[in-house]
Amino acid sequence: MTNHWRDIRNTDLILINGANPAEAHPVGFQWFMRAKLERGAKMVHADPRFTRTSAVADIYLRMRTGTDVAYFGGLINHVMQNNLFHDAYVRNYTNASFIVKDEFTFNDGLFSGYSSDKRSYNIASWAYKTGSDGFAMRDMTLQDPRTVFQLMKAHYSRYTPDVVSSITGIPVDDFNRVASMVGQMGKPDKVMTIVYAVGLTQHTTGGQLIRSAAVLQLLLGNMGRPGGGMNAERGHANIQGNTDHAISWEILPGYLKIPAPGQTNRDDYVAASAPKKSDPHSWNFFGINYKKFLTSLLKAWYGDAATKDNDFHFDFVPKPASNASWMTIYDQALKGKMQGLILSGMTASSIGPDSNQVQQALSSLKWLVVMDALPTTSSEFWHAPGATPSAIQTEVFMVPTTHWIEKDGSFVNSGRWSQWKDQVMPPQGQSRHDHWILADVFSRVKKLYQDQGGKFPDPIMAVTLKYKDALKPELDEIAQEINGFDLTTGKRMATFANLKDDGTTTAGDWIYVGSYPDSGNLMKRRGGISDPKTNDPTGMGFYPTWAWSWPLNRRVMYNRASADLDGKPWDTTRPGITWNGTKWTGDVPDYPATMDPHDPNAWLPFIMNGEGVGRLFSNSMVDGPFPEHYEPVESPVQNPLHPTNSASPVAFLYDKAAGRPNRFGGPQEFPYIATSYRLTEHEHYVTQHVPHLVQLQPKPFVEIPEELAQEKSIKSGDHVRVSSKRGKVEVLALVTKRLGPMTVAGQKVYQIGIPIHWGYVGVSADSDPSHGRYWLANALTPFVGDANARTPEFKAFLVNLEKI
Amino acid sequence: MEIKAGESYGFFTDTSVCIGCKACEVACKEWNQLEGNEPAFLADSFDNTGQLDAQNWRHVKFYDRVPDRSTTSGNGTAFLMMSDVCKHCQHASCMEVCPTNAIIRTEFNTVFIQQDVCNGCRNCVAACPYSVIAINQKTGTAHKCTLCYDRLQGGLEPACAKACPTQSIQFGPLSQLQQTADARLEALHSQGVTQAQLYGRDDKVYGGLNAFFLLMDKPEAYGLPNAENAVLPSRNNIGGYAGAVITAVVGVVAGLVAFRRRRMA
Repeated sequence: MTNHWRDIRNTDLILINGANPAEAHPVGFQWFMRAKLERGAKMVHADPRFTRTSAVADIYLRMRTGTDVAYFGGLINHVMQNNLFHDAYVRNYTNASFIVKDEFTFNDGLFSGYSSDKRSYNIASWAYKTGSDGFAMRDMTLQDPRTVFQLMKAHYSRYTPDVVSSITGIPVDDFNRVASMVGQMGKPDKVMTIVYAVGLTQHTTGGQLIRSAAVLQLLLGNMGRPGGGMNAERGHANIQGNTDHAISWEILPGYLKIPAPGQTNRDDYVAASAPKKSDPHSWNFFGINYKKFLTSLLKAWYGDAATKDNDFHFDFVPKPASNASWMTIYDQALKGKMQGLILSGMTASSIGPDSNQVQQALSSLKWLVVMDALPTTSSEFWHAPGATPSAIQTEVFMVPTTHWIEKDGSFVNSGRWSQWKDQVMPPQGQSRHDHWILADVFSRVKKLYQDQGGKFPDPIMAVTLKYKDALKPELDEIAQEINGFDLTTGKRMATFANLKDDGTTTAGDWIYVGSYPDSGNLMKRRGGISDPKTNDPTGMGFYPTWAWSWPLNRRVMYNRASADLDGKPWDTTRPGITWNGTKWTGDVPDYPATMDPHDPNAWLPFIMNGEGVGRLFSNSMVDGPFPEHYEPVESPVQNPLHPTNSASPVAFLYDKAAGRPNRFGGPQEFPYIATSYRLTEHEHYVTQHVPHLVQLQPKPFVEIPEELAQEKSIKSGDHVRVSSKRGKVEVLALVTKRLGPMTVAGQKVYQIGIPIHWGYVGVSADSDPSHGRYWLANALTPFVGDANARTPEFKAFLVNLEKI
Repeated sequence: MEIKAGESYGFFTDTSVCIGCKACEVACKEWNQLEGNEPAFLADSFDNTGQLDAQNWRHVKFYDRVPDRSTTSGNGTAFLMMSDVCKHCQHASCMEVCPTNAIIRTEFNTVFIQQDVCNGCRNCVAACPYSVIAINQKTGTAHKCTLCYDRLQGGLEPACAKACPTQSIQFGPLSQLQQTADARLEALHSQGVTQAQLYGRDDKVYGGLNAFFLLMDKPEAYGLPNAENAVLPSRNNIGGYAGAVITAVVGVVAGLVAFRRRRMA
């Protein structure tokens, strides 16, 4: 989230896309209801299913899954054609005025630079025209046809209400009703929030689905403001923390890029990775500090071994030559290129996509270690119903770990608050903390290198483990290491602004610097609602002494944009930060604390971007600088905008690239659209072990539109088979009007809903005659991912439905 | 909130903000150590609890009434959810029929079944107009929501209200809850949600309910008796006697008419 949960109550309009907060985040949902009940805010839910969120929304739009770019594109078009954008904000706080190179084009669904052989773009033309000073050229009147503003207006002029309706299935009148509500939100005294979750992420166009919403928010001047922003609801208690600490392969902690082959020193790396200043008034804070953040990270990792003379051992950092994302792991295993795999805190077999293929990948390993508190479909896959254990050579080790209630440490919520928690109970049985297991494994690997040598032992030997017990690090010690130290004074760092690139500071993750300063662990703070006068001095709900929010305890990111050019809040009733003549007050400013906005050299508001402003046009996505609607890889219709380039031209096709048979189905064989999701009663797969929750949703089922059920003579409670090109589920039917037929591109389509929570492990499976043989929802989902992040397309695929 | 003996307490359950998360059901079971029934898929929207009984003292009902149109406005009327519970009636049918005085009114003005006095006769099970009470098969005694009597005695609000994430279930002194409910109803009406109504807020339903509701439709839509029907059996008998007299008179007249016709034939 750019903002945070409590801040949602400050809004006038809530757009919810690709999310079902009432069911997935019921506790956070209180703030949606507070906005509605206390301010009269309106709530619009656009979703394939009428859910428990839709039930309390003001408007529900039944929408075809994966078509949100068309929806947001239509809203962008409405705002631009009717001049409803926030003029001063767009001119001064976005790159609308930047002039784009003449070589940049967009024709028939393809941006300039496309190579059909490589299925990728050369993005050289996705850039600004530069002047003699080397900076981007701008036209503040926005009239030049090559300005971002005019190119964008032309791009989205194709997204008329009729086109939006034919793609999304939303009736034109209903779309127009929402468009007129959204159109009001560009006024300075109005603000809208957009809330999303993996319903936007898990598509081959996932990154662009999200970006299209962000572009709309920039146009309306809603980024950086209380009650506004782009707010991602994270799917687990600590998934935000995972992301921040680089659970994804393509980043280092704190969203620094992973080094690439050919980069031999820190300067090479920074030149290739850091944002570049493209406007004289851009501070480019991230760009100019990139090297300090990296150097402090290297010092945290390699300690005394990292010196100026050896470039702080940048040479030790892996530089992956190829993609190493989630699906790639199983793709490599399928190709026989992996020997072993350690799974910690998740179950690959259930998570998928294409669970049958994933289990085949697990069967191709020599060994598999599952670190978990309870049995999972991965620890048990070798003797799953229907499996032949003797044919699976993989040796499986189950290493019992502690549950999170058995350890302390931090949870980082969707709103970026790092909240420290206490251990509730001591570890049970022989379970050990995950980090102790890893520390033990590491020490043994290190010993092997010590005893036997090896190809490249130096990085292993150099890693610092400055804990009281290197085999049993305390989470408190790790939190201090993440925060970092000033090596000259020995004190813990208070801010990343003081990090150095000369090896005198450390930071395990620069965005967490300041969470644990010398004064103590700020994540433990609990200055909450018991005393709002003291703890929420602005009355805006920032509660700065409740836990700690990255970066620097800032509660709303980009908050310089919440105030006008003079430093006065766009809406004085909902201030983010305010210039009082000598300094910025309110939230922790995302800006130099004493920089006078009237100073002719004052920095532009978005200090982390090279441009200094928000990007309506961006070359940081591999599939286009403007979001464009592409069909899911499996779709019943052709893209009406450009049928010849219907699906994303750059989605990575794993099976094809590996020479494996095609595992995509067409609408003749698989005529219905399906989407997968969670229910409020369960948490992923682990709650299959919790009897009280199993009682609430005891058996796997699929939700079937009533009209389709009638065609097939299916009643609620009947057994049905849902199949895709990849596999099948055999579960119960729940017939409902909440999923109805819709008209898309002139044709009637049905969507089927598939909750994901079941498998062959847990209370339900144990008591069922089938032992959950065909209960894995991800047996259906396609093994294909987003072009940028390679997130699997869990949310849109084709299936068939039969009564059994 | 200070919880004092001698004051009336209850629940105000605002169904307009219920999101059907069932946190109340689970919190209730956890606190009251109820095992729950054998899991069963009921094929009834998202409800697999089925009813209030000895193992379920909170039950979220779902009424799936989404119109068959591609786009509908929800706003609390198309997919009804209601966390049902013992109403703690002022005129409590269960108390009226209990032969052992096991069912008492507590110092918090709530209705409580004393387990050591209950003899398991099941009169209350039959008498409860809301089908709240059931016999626990292990103990052989009648069970229902205690309004967390033990928690109230310890100064704590009931588990379900504590767990409710949207403040759909609010606990407090009855007079305060009634004010909250009146204000909420007025707000909804002013927003044009005219079908919103309070149930059990005044004495028309069993003399008033300590656990009362804001509904988004008529009580019948939620399977609740309306004000005309929600009266104690003893009072119902007045109507019953009148009906019997009318039936008798009609019967006699019809008999006489028939007899006369036969005679005439």
